[in-house]
Amino acid sequence: MKLLTLAIAVVSTVIVLSVTAQETVNPGGLATIRGVATIDETRPAEKLKRVIKDKNPIARNYVHQPPVVPHQIRGYRVDLNSNKCLSCHSWKYAAETGATKISLTHFETRDGKTLSDVSPRRYFCSQCHVTQADAAPLVDNTFEPVESLGNE
Amino acid sequence: MLKNLWTFLKSPNSAALWFILAIGFAGGVIFWGGFNTALEVTNTEEFCISCHEMENNVYEEYRETIHYANRSGVRATCPDCHVPKKWTDKIVRKIAASKEVWGKLTGLIDTREEFVNHRRSMAEREWKRMKENDSLECRNCHNFEYMDFSEQGNRSVKMHSDALASGEKTCIDCHKGIAHELPDMKGVEHW
Repeated sequence: MKLLTLAIAVVSTVIVLSVTAQETVNPGGLATIRGVATIDETRPAEKLKRVIKDKNPIARNYVHQPPVVPHQIRGYRVDLNSNKCLSCHSWKYAAETGATKISLTHFETRDGKTLSDVSPRRYFCSQCHVTQADAAPLVDNTFEPVESLGNE
Repeated sequence: MLKNLWTFLKSPNSAALWFILAIGFAGGVIFWGGFNTALEVTNTEEFCISCHEMENNVYEEYRETIHYANRSGVRATCPDCHVPKKWTDKIVRKIAASKEVWGKLTGLIDTREEFVNHRRSMAEREWKRMKENDSLECRNCHNFEYMDFSEQGNRSVKMHSDALASGEKTCIDCHKGIAHELPDMKGVEHW
């Protein structure tokens, strides 16, 4: 009797093991604009793009677009202690440095109150204003920049 | 016999004079060489970051900046910016550094919090030093005479040909916080 139980246990274990081994796992592998990658592999990162070194201001593409940054900003810190952008773009220093002044809308709180300096919600420049690189669009589109903003 | 030896030792003779001079000379060479070697040991990055105050704060911050990692692989280490190259200036700086040794012994900036609290006064001391020597440590590598403006960006050309060329401003006036994080900049000119 004891031997029979043991035999049944062994046989059932073998069956269970072989069944689980046959189960296949879906490895992913959908083709997206980032390329195909399965779950079990890590795709190599894309090469970093080189940021435009220094150019004149770039025209906006649509109304209310945050103007893009036409120069490098490596190492420019914007934090509680300091804001490197404002050391040129603030109203105080813009004339001297020849930089574009920040818009007065940046002095407004979200309740529409105007403060005497940059509002905390508009303090982190690179949240909206980004550097540029020569990068082709990932998806084809038919967007045309607005002509009235100085685009040809 | 004993008396003879005594007179020999007591009476001056020319051989002894040369012997003493030779000892003095050799001793001088050994002392001076040893002194300078020890001084140079304290002028290495390894020595600087052997203290955790330096390794965990300023060194970690510096590792993210262009003076640590850049395209051409030239690196400016701690003493390149913080210790003058000229011997007399170096000794003056080293003597001043004894105050920093006292700070280390008393644990002035033992924790990150203490370091951050103390950062403004330490930064101001370095800014003042560099302002007073016309940013000499920057200029050891970045010589204004050798700058090619056609290779610089528009913004750099404007600033360098104007304020820097006239001597009105020196490097540290604009280039603060290029190798370490900045303290609270409230009240600092141009921030």
